Amino acid sequence: MSSHVSDESARSWTAATRRQLERRLPWENLLPDRQPLWVGSWVYVFGVVTIAALVWVILSGTILALFGPQWWHLSRAGRFFNSLHFWSVQVFFVFMVLHLWGQYFMASWREGRAPTWMVGVVTFAVSIVAAFTGYLSQQNFDAQWIAVNAKDAVNSTGVGGFFNVLNFGQMYGLHVMLLPIGITLLVVLHIMQVRMKGVVPPLEENGKPTARQRKLNGK
Amino acid sequence: MDQPAGYLHWGFILISYPNLILIGIMIVLFIAALLLPFPGHASDGRERKS
Repeated sequence: MSSHVSDESARSWTAATRRQLERRLPWENLLPDRQPLWVGSWVYVFGVVTIAALVWVILSGTILALFGPQWWHLSRAGRFFNSLHFWSVQVFFVFMVLHLWGQYFMASWREGRAPTWMVGVVTFAVSIVAAFTGYLSQQNFDAQWIAVNAKDAVNSTGVGGFFNVLNFGQMYGLHVMLLPIGITLLVVLHIMQVRMKGVVPPLEENGKPTARQRKLNGK
Repeated sequence: MDQPAGYLHWGFILISYPNLILIGIMIVLFIAALLLPFPGHASDGRERKS
């Protein structure tokens, strides 16, 4: 009987997933309290600031969605949260691009980290669509101006039939529901991938340690 | 604030001054992050607490 259960467990996708996670993402990787010495650089802070900005984007966006356009245009508190949402998006994009530059120049796709890089690229692309639908959801003349101009660009790509920038309900629904969920899931996946593979080590100069690595090693 | 932004037009490059200033700030931030020492950076071990 017990061997029968064991056979079933061996074929179960739940058990296979559990074994994969136990092997590739042990607790000490998921929640590490130590990092390699090279992580002690401001360049590694860019990604964390991007995540912090995303938290502010989601919190301020949730409040805006709760109270609605009249509130965010006419009341003092609404204007404050509208600005908070706008500026946290600016910080999110600025630091995401700085994070991209940092990872590009240290070739962070090395040593099996290409999927991590690609998920980052997809997150960037989805974030641009989220920001675009956000500009269309402002409920002001700026949003109308952007929508009327963008419709020609979007229609020229052939996706205008199911992505209608003049349809406020569709743009607002995408902006407050599907795209934030997508970005959050992608960011969680991105962090899990970094936790699985570890932070990429610094580049070497023609196979030799860099000046920074020699300094860190005390040589 | 209700006026359109000024633009730099240099050959084929056309960019608004606010965007140009923002890109300049980002480059300065990036170089500063490479050069500035990280606080609590110990050099006596291979690992640091996160």
